[in-house]
Amino acid sequence: MATKRRRPRFRLAITLGLAIVLSACATGGPLDSLDPQGPIAEDIDGLFKMTLYIATAIFVLVQGALLIAIFVFRDRKGRKEPKQTHGNAKLEVVWTIIPVVILAAIAVPTVQTIFKYTDCADDSMNIDVIGHQWWFEYQYEDYDITTANVLAMPTDTEVCLRMTSDDVVHNYWIPKLNGKRYLIPGQETVLQLEADQPAEYWGHCAEFCGLSHALMRARVIAYDQPDFDAWVAEQVAAPVMPAAGSLEEQGLEIFLGNQCAACHNIDDVNPLENAIGPDLTHFATRSVFAGAVLELAVPGELEAWLANPPEIKPGSYMPNLNLSQDEIDALSAYLRSLE
Amino acid sequence: MADLAQADIGHHDEHESTGIDNRKLGMWVFLSSEFLFFGALISNYLLFKGRDFGYTTIFPIELYDIPFTSISSFVLLMSSLTMVLAHDAWSTGDQNRTRTWLLATAMLGMVFIGGQVFEFTEFVLEGMTLTSNPAASAFFFLTGFHGAHVFLGIVMLLSLYGISRRSEGLTEKQGLNLELVGLYWHFVDIIWIVIFTIVYLIP
Amino acid sequence: MATTAAPIKTIFRRPESSTGFWSWITTADHKKIGIMYGYVAFFFFIMGGIEALVLRIQLSVPENTFLTAAEYNAMFTMHGTTMVFLFVMPASAAFFNYLLPLMIGARDVAFPRMNAVSFWIFLFGGIFLYSSFLFGTTGPPEGGYLAEEVSRLGSSANGGWFGYAPNSGAQFSTGTVMDYWALGLQVLGLASLISSINFIVTVFNMRAKGMTFLRMPVFVWMTTVVAFLLLFSLPIIAVALFMITADRQLGTLFFDASAGGDPILWQHLFWLFGHPEVYILILPAMGIVSEVLPTFSRKPLFGYAAVVFAGAAIGFMGFGVWAHHMFSSGVTPITQAAFGLATMAIAIPTGIKIFNWIGTIWGGRVRLNTPMLFSLGFVAMFVIGGLSGVTHAIVPADWQQTDTYYIVAHFHYVLFGGAIFGLFSGLYYWFPKLTGKMYSEALGKIHFWVMFIGFNLAFAPMHWLGLNGMVRRTWVYAEEAGLGPWNMAVTVGAFTIAVSILIFMFNWWWSRRNGPESGMDPWDARTLEWTLPSPTPEYNFGVSPVVTALDDFWEKKYTTDDDGRPVRRENADLIIAELEETGLNPPAPIHLPAPSYYPFIVGVGVFVLAYGIVYNTRPWGIPLLLAGALIVIGSFVGWGVEPLEEIHEEHHEPDHDGNNDGEPAADPTKKAADG
Repeated sequence: MATKRRRPRFRLAITLGLAIVLSACATGGPLDSLDPQGPIAEDIDGLFKMTLYIATAIFVLVQGALLIAIFVFRDRKGRKEPKQTHGNAKLEVVWTIIPVVILAAIAVPTVQTIFKYTDCADDSMNIDVIGHQWWFEYQYEDYDITTANVLAMPTDTEVCLRMTSDDVVHNYWIPKLNGKRYLIPGQETVLQLEADQPAEYWGHCAEFCGLSHALMRARVIAYDQPDFDAWVAEQVAAPVMPAAGSLEEQGLEIFLGNQCAACHNIDDVNPLENAIGPDLTHFATRSVFAGAVLELAVPGELEAWLANPPEIKPGSYMPNLNLSQDEIDALSAYLRSLE
Repeated sequence: MADLAQADIGHHDEHESTGIDNRKLGMWVFLSSEFLFFGALISNYLLFKGRDFGYTTIFPIELYDIPFTSISSFVLLMSSLTMVLAHDAWSTGDQNRTRTWLLATAMLGMVFIGGQVFEFTEFVLEGMTLTSNPAASAFFFLTGFHGAHVFLGIVMLLSLYGISRRSEGLTEKQGLNLELVGLYWHFVDIIWIVIFTIVYLIP
Repeated sequence: MATTAAPIKTIFRRPESSTGFWSWITTADHKKIGIMYGYVAFFFFIMGGIEALVLRIQLSVPENTFLTAAEYNAMFTMHGTTMVFLFVMPASAAFFNYLLPLMIGARDVAFPRMNAVSFWIFLFGGIFLYSSFLFGTTGPPEGGYLAEEVSRLGSSANGGWFGYAPNSGAQFSTGTVMDYWALGLQVLGLASLISSINFIVTVFNMRAKGMTFLRMPVFVWMTTVVAFLLLFSLPIIAVALFMITADRQLGTLFFDASAGGDPILWQHLFWLFGHPEVYILILPAMGIVSEVLPTFSRKPLFGYAAVVFAGAAIGFMGFGVWAHHMFSSGVTPITQAAFGLATMAIAIPTGIKIFNWIGTIWGGRVRLNTPMLFSLGFVAMFVIGGLSGVTHAIVPADWQQTDTYYIVAHFHYVLFGGAIFGLFSGLYYWFPKLTGKMYSEALGKIHFWVMFIGFNLAFAPMHWLGLNGMVRRTWVYAEEAGLGPWNMAVTVGAFTIAVSILIFMFNWWWSRRNGPESGMDPWDARTLEWTLPSPTPEYNFGVSPVVTALDDFWEKKYTTDDDGRPVRRENADLIIAELEETGLNPPAPIHLPAPSYYPFIVGVGVFVLAYGIVYNTRPWGIPLLLAGALIVIGSFVGWGVEPLEEIHEEHHEPDHDGNNDGEPAADPTKKAADG
């Protein structure tokens, strides 16, 4: 009787479970690693899904056997004492060999894929990535561009990131384009990215890197080749100079008159070697700032950041400069003009 | 550690399934762990010893005085011999000779430590300190931890010597302590031979 | 004070309990030490659990402001450190301590007072680590700024339980909190090292007559494997912790990349210890499950030898897979392939264990008591953890998975669904042996089901969260990432687990007082500890047992019919009654290890010494350091001159045959008979 009552409940549980799983699958967000958007990520995804299917089959078989054993051999009235079997050599050999065979089958494509993605092609485009607490810096050797937080790249091209870190270990991850790779102080690591479609891709530093690890995010924007060329042209152009007497010019003066100028490079205006902070020459061309956490388009975010950076990003190397609201407005206007 | 092991005479009313005394087995087990401790320290030194750190610095290998260290290594090697002689004397019941060889072993150990202190002083005067570069850090770490082990061994030897100076000398039970300290001492000696070969002699 | 520890070898004619506060401080009895390990471990389980709940409150909704970044980092670091070093390891040590001598038929461990030293060093190490919440200081990295001072809640170790350099170095983790962490782990490691030596010698040397290696219960085997893993992995983490401490305190340059140091070296050393550590956490639970499943299926363990060798193989291979924690660190492709394959290979012995456990239940007469439920839960959950583990061995897939909640899901399925379910199974299974009472079966089952549901609600969605881009160790996540709903589910699951723990605590507390008498052998079990009266007498065995078979107790109670089915021997009840009689009234005097103050004082000394090292730059730091060292050295000297031997000799000779049955020595050669 007990078993009869149980059945509908089981069916309900299964339906509910399936519903939950299915609804979950529909929610792929901007960091979804199961939604690959380039050949590298697709390769990895294929490998993972193959393993996942095999694992699911094994899961069903093993849990099924366990459940059957529990329910069929459950102690009931009149159940005889069990035979005292100590083992079965044949059976044990079989269930040792089967996993070996399965694992060997998975191992082959695994090893192939490892070797496929360990070094960049000779003709790939190089970008140097430098990890800082808590933002990524990008340097395009071929174009003499230095930028931060937003990485621009052409579609259908293998981009080769040559990465290192300025402070602690970071881990670069654009889930839709490839897996992760460390940025290690004093060493160089390599990661390839390739995107099929022009789009904006989200990323995140994945290794714990101190106080504001959660706020060390990344954006990658893939452009069609013509758009990418336009982006390059924009970046190599001289910085915008504010008109005399404008609010922007006041902002520039505040920039030069405060600690800002000690840490941030702006070509022609405030040239610095090995600047501590992000390069601001074309700040306004980047949709996000402060570790790709804040958005330039969202009103007030830049102003809040300028008012008190450590409030937003604990541990920040950019101090609270105690600027007045007028100073902040002027500075913000200047920064927003740096297209 | 060895002090602890020998102090714990706990449980002699149980039998020993392997036929080896608990404390002796415990010492062997402990020393097997110590091998990994020094293994990690030696690997650590090997990792850094030839690295280009990108700045001018002074490497341990430039400062080695091989003849001097050979002599102090020889002294430590000889102390293993005197340790064997001490145990040998004890097992023939000669308490006097046991005392003599124990003291000799401790003295040779002290000579070795003295040599190490001299060597460290020289290195520091030459400009290589714990903080000069990672290779120097690793060198001082490795040899320093070894020196600490030798020092602990000397303390144990001198304690045994102190006990042996009592009228009845070392009893049967304390003879086991002698054997335990001997095991430890030989271990420390063997580790030094490895260190001397890998760190000093191999360029 | 020390001289009061003089009574040397107490002679028990009849069981008498030594009670009171000081009996616990000075005890050298492995059972009392085991119980103390258990309660202290459970206390830290509660602490780690509260930390987990605090973390989950913060993460329940995106962009939450319940915790600051500093507080969150301290919470997750202490949660991991606590659960690994202050809960699962000592909880396993509690089982080892209480059960190991009982299961091999010994009166105590090989070095009873060293055992007490291990416990006290562990306890003071734990207090030391947690005292950073009171005394620790931390702040922004050098050159960085904070809008507000770090609160007390945030003033504890904050570099993760893995303490990756250089983030754990002096420049990026300012203040003293990481010194507390490094030294705390050093102290805890010392405690584990001492106890691992003790357990190895105990297993090798203290087995009852006839207890050959292949007659040892699987739990004893797993204890042995764990002891060896500790023995060989702890020296490596000791070196690594010395290095990070020296980097922080003395200015050495091991991990300082700007001076040519190597941050990845820390990762290699840490995981060379850390991966065996994972097996140190799981193997004791596997041992427990291997005891519980046969008892409640009324069948011997299926393929005993295979399970034992699989356990040993897992331990051995555990030293060859550490770099799979570093697949995204840019190690060479050959390294990645080799460690990927080695990691896959570990699935094979693990699979053998799972299949043999199912084979044990198969065809049995399965009684679903609470210990059995937890053991079955262990098998079911461990299968999930094992399968997700195989997906990490697919190296390119791991490039995606590593450092996400997918990993968090995996190791909680292995270490919570595995280790903790196994530990609870053991707690219920041996509760009658410990207390002489029976727990409430109804509450036990409710505990299981609430915990089982809560566990899956808390950790199953994490697989999905991780694959969906939820990065580990982040105190906030963006709303747009779409991770909010599942995080809320996880938080609900975490609180469900907390409820189940409250049910357990109530059951434990209530049943100890009001549970019915359990008798010696409530489960009709198979191993030696059930031949003892419950609760276990102070001297364990009234007469040292002689073992003739694997599952010796069962073989004494049952014979088999022609069909291979067990038939209870006619005299089985008589045998049990006799065992109880001799268990309660030993026929001859029994020597027990004398209590001593010194183990406790050693613990105090190590405690003081550790503070001395943290504060060595303060004027009072060095004196504190010296004082600690003096206390340690002094107590060892005192220990050494405790006049044990002379008095000991008097009782020693008549009993020299060693099996402690109080009879005159029969045959000195039998010492090595079962070696």
